[in-house]
This record gives sequence, C-alpha cells and structure tokens, in this order.
Amino acid sequence: MKRSDKLRIIFGRLIQAIPSIIGIIIVTFILTRALPGDPAVYFAGPAATEKSIQEIRTSLGLDKSMLEQFWIYASNLARGDLGVSVSTGLSVKEELIRRLPASLELTFLALLFSIGVALPLGIAAATRPNSWVDQFCRIVVTAGVSLPVFFTGLFMVYLFYYILGIAPAPLGRLDIIYLSPPSITGFYTIDALLDGDFETFGAALSQMILPAITLGIFTLAPLARMTRGAMLQVLSSDFIRTARASGLKRSTVLYTYAFRNALLPILTTLGMVFSFMLGSNVLVEKVFAWPGIGSFAIEALIVSDYAAVQGFVLAMAILYVLLNLTIDIVYTLVDPRVGLES
Amino acid sequence: MRRRDFLKTMGAAGGAAVIPFLRFLPAEAAGRDDTLVVVSGNGPNSMDIQRKGTNRPSYQIAVNLYDRLVGYSTKTLANGTLMYDYSKLEPEAAESWVVSPDGMTITFKMRKGATFWDGAPITAYDVKWSFDRAVSLGGFPTVQMKAGSLEKPEQFEAIDADTFVIKLTRPDKMTLPDLGVPVPIIFNSELAKKHATADDPWATEYLHRTPAGSGAFMLERWDPGQQVVYKRFEEWKNGELPGISRVIIREIPSASTRRALLEKGDADVSLEMPPKDFAELNASGKYTITGVPIENSMISIGLNLNFEPFANKLVRQAIAYSVPYDQIFKQAAFERGIPLWGGKSLTPATIEWPQPFPYNTDYDKAKALLKEAGYEQGFEVPLSFNLGLAQWSEPMCLLLQESLEKVGIKATIEKIPGANWRTAALVEKKLPMHIKDFGGWLNYPDYYSFWVYQKDRLFNSMNYSNPEVEKITDATLKMEVSDPQYEPNIKKLLSIFFEDVPLIPVYQPYLDVAMQKNITGYEYYAHRQLDCRSFNKASV
Repeated sequence: MKRSDKLRIIFGRLIQAIPSIIGIIIVTFILTRALPGDPAVYFAGPAATEKSIQEIRTSLGLDKSMLEQFWIYASNLARGDLGVSVSTGLSVKEELIRRLPASLELTFLALLFSIGVALPLGIAAATRPNSWVDQFCRIVVTAGVSLPVFFTGLFMVYLFYYILGIAPAPLGRLDIIYLSPPSITGFYTIDALLDGDFETFGAALSQMILPAITLGIFTLAPLARMTRGAMLQVLSSDFIRTARASGLKRSTVLYTYAFRNALLPILTTLGMVFSFMLGSNVLVEKVFAWPGIGSFAIEALIVSDYAAVQGFVLAMAILYVLLNLTIDIVYTLVDPRVGLES
Repeated sequence: MRRRDFLKTMGAAGGAAVIPFLRFLPAEAAGRDDTLVVVSGNGPNSMDIQRKGTNRPSYQIAVNLYDRLVGYSTKTLANGTLMYDYSKLEPEAAESWVVSPDGMTITFKMRKGATFWDGAPITAYDVKWSFDRAVSLGGFPTVQMKAGSLEKPEQFEAIDADTFVIKLTRPDKMTLPDLGVPVPIIFNSELAKKHATADDPWATEYLHRTPAGSGAFMLERWDPGQQVVYKRFEEWKNGELPGISRVIIREIPSASTRRALLEKGDADVSLEMPPKDFAELNASGKYTITGVPIENSMISIGLNLNFEPFANKLVRQAIAYSVPYDQIFKQAAFERGIPLWGGKSLTPATIEWPQPFPYNTDYDKAKALLKEAGYEQGFEVPLSFNLGLAQWSEPMCLLLQESLEKVGIKATIEKIPGANWRTAALVEKKLPMHIKDFGGWLNYPDYYSFWVYQKDRLFNSMNYSNPEVEKITDATLKMEVSDPQYEPNIKKLLSIFFEDVPLIPVYQPYLDVAMQKNITGYEYYAHRQLDCRSFNKASV
C-alpha cells in the first residue's frame, strides 16, 4: 500500500468518527440531565433557602429549556469551551489537562508491567500446557481477576510502605519535599527528564510503582489468557508443524512464526484493557491519592456536575477513537495481510 | 531511606545549595520542625468562601488566610481540649467595638498598623466593600449574614478609614457572634476592585483563585485536588503570630492511607477517619486523639409525618422505644460521641442543648404503644441513609432494622447517594424514615429549631409542624439568653420535642482529629475545619 493511500485512509477514519462523537455529545447531554438529584440544591450549600436555590439555578443556567441549554453548550463547545466544573471550581478543560496526563502516565506504566508479566507467562503456559507453569499462570490470572483492586492496593501499601518501609508514602504524584516539574507534557517523569532533573524523575517514578503494579495485576488476567489461548491455537496449526518438521530453531518457530501470528488478538485485548484501565482506576486513585481522571468523573457524577461529566465523556470518546485507530494501524504493521478497510 | 534521615544527610551536606538540581520547598531543606503536614480526605475547591458551590473544606481558607472583624475566644474543656467560646468575642481586625444602648448600632474601631499581605492598611472601607459583597452575592454567604440580621448594604457604613458602623433593623443576639463565623471575611478591596469587571463587580473570578487577605497565613501553592500550602504572614498584627511557619495540606481520599501516613510519621495531623480508626488509634496511646462533641449537632433518626403511621405521636414514641441505642453507640459510633438517650423526665431540667431525650430501649413499652395506636400488626417502612456517610450510618441502619423487627416493623434499607440525598431528604422531603446528622453553627436550641423543627424549613425533612413550636421559636430566636422569658420558653420547646419526637436523637458526634504527640494547640470550631494559627510543633 502506498503511503499516501494510508494517510487517506487514516483521514477517512477520522472523518467517520465525527458522527459518533456528535452522537456521544447529544446522548451525554441528555443522560446527564436525566440523572436523579438536583445540582442547584446541592451547590446551594448547607444553609440554603428556596430563594438561594433559585439563584443558583439561574446562575447555572438550569432554568432555561433543554434545547436552549443544549444550544449554549454546543456553541461553547464549538469555541473549545467545555464549561466550568462547579464542584471543583475550575474549568473542565483545565481539569482534563491536569488530570488526563496523570491517569495516562499511570496507565502506561501499568500496561508496561502488565505486558512484561502477561506475555512471557502466557507464552510459557501455552508451550507447556498443564505443566506447573500453566497452573501457575492459571493461579495468577484467577487471583488477578478475583482480588478487588482496593484490596490489592491497600495490601501493597500495608506491606511495602507500612511494614517494610521500602515504598514511598502514598501521597499522590510526588512526595511533599518535591515540587512538580515545569509542565510540558503533563507526564511528571517525562517533564522531569526534559528539565534534566533526575531527582524529581526518580521521585515521580517511585510514587508510580505501587499504583501501577496494583492496576497491572488486575489487567494481567485478560492479557495472559488471551496470549495463552492465541498461542495454543497458532502452535497447533499446520504451518508451525511444517516449520518444526523443517528443523527450524525452537525460538524461531516460537517467536518469528507463532507469536507474530498470535499477536492480533492480543493487540485487540490490549486496546480494550487500556481504555478500561484509563476510565476505571478510581479505586487505585483513591488508595494512592492519585489526582487522576477516574475519581474526578465519579465525584462529578455523584454531585450531578453536568459540565464535568460531559467533558469527561467527550474526552474519553475522542481517546477511544484515537486508540482504535492506533490499534488498527498497528495491525497493518504486524500483519500486512490486514487492510485498513476491513 | 526515610525522609527525615534523608533531610539530615542533606543538612550535613550543607543544604540544598550543594545540589542545585534539587527542587526543595525552601523550608524543607531546613527540616520539618516548623512545617505541619496535614492529610485530609477532601480539599478546598475555591479560595473564596462566598462563591457559589464552595465546599466545606474551603472554609479553612477563610479561617487561615483571611481576618474577620472579631474572632471567638478560647475555653478549655474538662479533658484539656481547647474550644472556641462563641459567647466571648475577641478583637481581630477590629481593635474594639461599642454597641449602642438601644442595641441598634455597633461601632467598630479598626486596628492601627494592621495591613494586608501587600502592605496596604486594613481600613473600614475594605470592611464595607467585603460586607456589601457578602450580602449582595446571594446564596450561602447572604443566608449566613441574614442569620445575624445583616441583610442590606445600607446597614454598613465606613465613617472614616478607622471607623466602621453596622446599623441594625432590630437588636439581635446573633449579630456579633455571626461576625466571627468564616463568612464575613475582609478582602483587600483595592486589590480586588482592580480585577472587577462590569459583569463581575465583586471580582469573583479573581478571588476564586487568588486570595487577597490579611490573614495569619498566605497562600504559597494551591494544586486543586492535590494540596494547599500556606506560609506564615510575618507581619500579621491581628493576633498572636502562629507557631508554625508552613502548613502543607494534602488530599488523601482513602482513610486507610491517611491512617498509615500518620502511623508512619509522614503526616502530623490526620482528619476525617472512621470512628473505628480513631477509637483504635486512641487505644494505642501513641497519638493525641482529640474528640470534641460537635456543637448543636445530633445523629438522629427522622420520622416523616407524611408517612401515615408516623403521623401518630404514639407510633413515633414506640419507635423511640425500639431504637437499640447502646448497640448503635458501641458498634456504629465506637463511642466517639455523647449519648443522647435515657433522659429522666418529659420535662427538661435544664436548657442545655443537645440533651438526652427521655427514651431508652424498651420493646414492651414500644409494643404497648403500637397496640394503643392500632398498629399491633406492625407495618413496612423504608429506612434511608446517605451513602456518603455509610461508614457509621450503614451499621446504624442494620442494627435499627434488626430491633424494629422485634416490635413487628419491617424496615427495608435504602442507600441514597450524595446529591440525591439532598433532593430526596431535604427538598422533596419524601423519605419516611431516615438518618440525620444536622448541626447548626450557632449553639442555641432556638437556632436548631429554626433550621429543623419549624414548618417547611430546609432541614425539616420530617414535615413536622406544631403551631406552638413556631410561636416559641420565633419569639426566642432574637431574645437575649439573659431575658427572664428565655429559659421557661426553651424548656417548653424542649418538652414538646421530647413528647412529639419527630426526631429521635441517638448521640452527639465527636469531631475527631488524630495528631502526633508533639503537636499541640489544636482548637475546635463549629465550622469543623483546622485553624492552623494556634498550632505548635515541638521538635522530636
């Protein structure tokens, strides 16, 4: 495929995403309004009177009709204005810019850990079915899925911070003695490196290790199982038998032929796991005081903070579109037989 | 390596200068002795208490970063805990004040030489602007000012830079105490006005992010959702200079993590933990646990009179006799409070508030009352609680459910999340049986009645109404406590509360704070936020 063709197809895919994003904007708008609970009552504060609740309602623009509210929201959105989150008092854009990198940074590290453990484990289990490695893989996978994240998180804190004292205090992205690096990407580790500040880099990284492992353990399971399953399937196929019969080296058979062919379903799982991790690591964020996007969204939902919920869903939707596109492109790199059209 | 050891090594190496790439907070390099590290479950969402949607943790900004005209003096409780004394005011930004003989005007003299952080003197004009703002913005600050009969800008006058006058429309015992709550803070009006626009005459956008005050602490950093850092304002004249030069308040959402941080010595003060943690930390003896009964606050069970059986007084009393008070107090509250049951008689002996109601767990009496009311067969009732307070209200509801079954009442538990709670319980007032935790800022039974027992009030989630309660509350609200009419009236009011029991108090909760042993000077305030001005930290 020619390069220009590829670009054209990527562009086409982005265009295709526009209707879904518009749909998401409309649906989120309606769904947030359908939430039980009245934000005006909530934000009027503890000593509210009928009059002060009404004042808040007017200032939030909630006394207008739904259509009018939507028109205001949509035209603000067109100008890149996501509105102000009433519960945190900051603009939603600011919140997303601050919190999304925190979540992404953690998720990337967790994913790295997850891949680092799950792939070798899955491959080993697939090459020796029903051996002790396979049983071990099964145990890890079952434990990973069945242990609730807050339990693993608290257990990690208890063991590595409280008892052994080798992990830093779970105080969020940086310990108290450090100041955050100048914000360039919003990823503390990368920003610290760009700034040439290795101390802060180390500090930021060490804060991330426990939460990343906690998050990673939970996502190990689908990855390891998918790796094992896909490998088993590929290993029993004809071309592997042929390769073996031709006397190819074991490692060549395993990695060059089998693994590469098993990679497609693994990649699909990876994409799913990634998006799942990003939105649903609320409990990890709570235990490790991580100022991420999950707890922001949950808090916003609880208090019916419309602008914040809408902003969060929109950001996630865009992220999903980009993620799926990236995965599709990676497919074509891994397996030239896959065309972008399919 | 532990941080303290690390800092010691740093000190030996000659401080931060040797390692230029290290980005320390300056005082950290010198050690942590005058830095207070506080961990808390929630942080402020605004620097301006008068903004709409400002949350409770933001009240601490108003307390530490701003001054009021007056503050409260301190009293020492029997257990050695310090607590504010709202009956005795102390000068803050005002040096002195005079109330006119008819109680209609109050004249304040501003303190000489006191300045804002930028060096501008604090004048009566600043007070005028700030009070005008509080009564004009609407919402919470305006309601709170009104509680002290402060309603219109015309009531405030700056005679000259040093003299500020409040003109009242009626004498009110709440006016002066109401000036000491966190709301009526004094802004640097010249600075604020520079950032005001035609659309935003009160500079709400500017003051939301940037405090402009004269308080004992200045803002060093605010990372919303993560931390607030204060540093001492060395030129503070409106009180004794704080013993702590820097305060770091970190938001740690998980209570278990907060406890671990305290136990490992990485935090000096830990707030908002479940009663169980406070009880255990207290038993360990390694930390200072200060529990102060929250004034004018009761954990109670509300019975909605719109729910048919509860319209009958006898049924309400029967419920009051079937509450497992002792069990709830021990197993849900871990005894972090003061019991409010087992009073002696239906006629109160004192006007103390809150005081024990004359009920205890007595299933036979409850059954007899239900029989008398014609509900011998019992009935079904939903029992609701606020999910945000599940730590103690869930076990409380379970215990209650169990004992209601003994008198034939089948309760089904409903968990209601945050925003819905306010709408369902307080606005629509549709919850038949629910757990309440209301507390009033100003400590009078008539003030509590004003918010909770009077007809159609926001916190009257019981739909209770009684013409006599209306009458007595209205009469006593503006009455001085020394008025000979006050005590008999309040006693009458309390005996109605006792007999009608639309609200069944169980206990008065403690506000618990856990601190390292070397921290002293914690003082309790009705707003339940830390006043960092009085803290001291001894070196270890």
